[in-house]
Amino acid sequence: MKAIKYILTGILFGIIMTKSEAVSWYRIQEMFRFQSIFMYGMIGTAVITGSILVALIKKYRLKDFRGRTIQFDSKDRHWKKYAIGGSIFGMGWALTGACPGPVFVLLGQGYMVMIPVIGGALAGTFAYGLFRDRLPQ
Amino acid sequence: MMIKFFSQPWPWYISGPAIAGIMGILIFSGKTFGFSANLSNICSMIGLGKRVTYFNFDWKRQQWNLWFLTGSVIGGYIAVHFFSSPDPLTLSTATVADLQKLNIPFDGKLEPSAVFNWDYLFTGKGMFLFLGGGFLIGFGTRYAGGCTSGHAITGLSNLQLPSLFAVIGFFVGGLFTTYLLFPIIFK
Repeated sequence: MKAIKYILTGILFGIIMTKSEAVSWYRIQEMFRFQSIFMYGMIGTAVITGSILVALIKKYRLKDFRGRTIQFDSKDRHWKKYAIGGSIFGMGWALTGACPGPVFVLLGQGYMVMIPVIGGALAGTFAYGLFRDRLPQ
Repeated sequence: MMIKFFSQPWPWYISGPAIAGIMGILIFSGKTFGFSANLSNICSMIGLGKRVTYFNFDWKRQQWNLWFLTGSVIGGYIAVHFFSSPDPLTLSTATVADLQKLNIPFDGKLEPSAVFNWDYLFTGKGMFLFLGGGFLIGFGTRYAGGCTSGHAITGLSNLQLPSLFAVIGFFVGGLFTTYLLFPIIFK
């Protein structure tokens, strides 16, 4: 039954991603060409709202639905992997016009060309798992 | 009234907080909003953990995220079949002109029909765009330990400096592709 809760949250996410047009290849191009405030405004307001939420949770030591105090993990500080990995992902984001969430939302919209994108993404994930010990971290 | 609101494209100042709301629901469920973790989860689920230690973890603990993924596919279906906007996308005229120069006509849809079709996929360029683009998404997000949801939304909301490095990386890669690769690919 717990599955239902996450499926419903996912459905909401899929609708928001579509209605926000964040799944649009055109919008991502507009963003990387700095020709509209649209995507910046969206990500900006998401981060502002999100950081207020996180700050409130920390300040009032809020608990989750199951009564456990919410904890936030700090990310480790190996900046190289974030910069290099992030740049590699950025190339894929601009090419396909989609980040991992929208890839699956677009599949649901009926864009079957997302199947090779998902295949490629799984291959890329597998390649990372295979070679990670040999990559600068 | 509700349907009418849902059917319009949403302004960014509504969508942004709505995305933060998804993060909030997951936080209060005791989970972390990070979509690309699912790529590892799928690799682990199909048994790759036997070959590669990176995937040797109990994916069932991440099952909630795979259900979230399933929901996102259904959500995409629902959004276009029931709340689809009758109006064309309003794209910046500068972007329309730039893409025209790359032989990608703006058609008012969410995705360019000149590119998002099977015929294009089976060209060398199409393979690079979709299969290659997918590969870079998978490799890059695992290397960076997150994508837009994990770093740009969750990480920045928690004021994580590493996430800022990742987001700057997203733009380095995206600008490289847009300004240096696209003129080669699409001309």
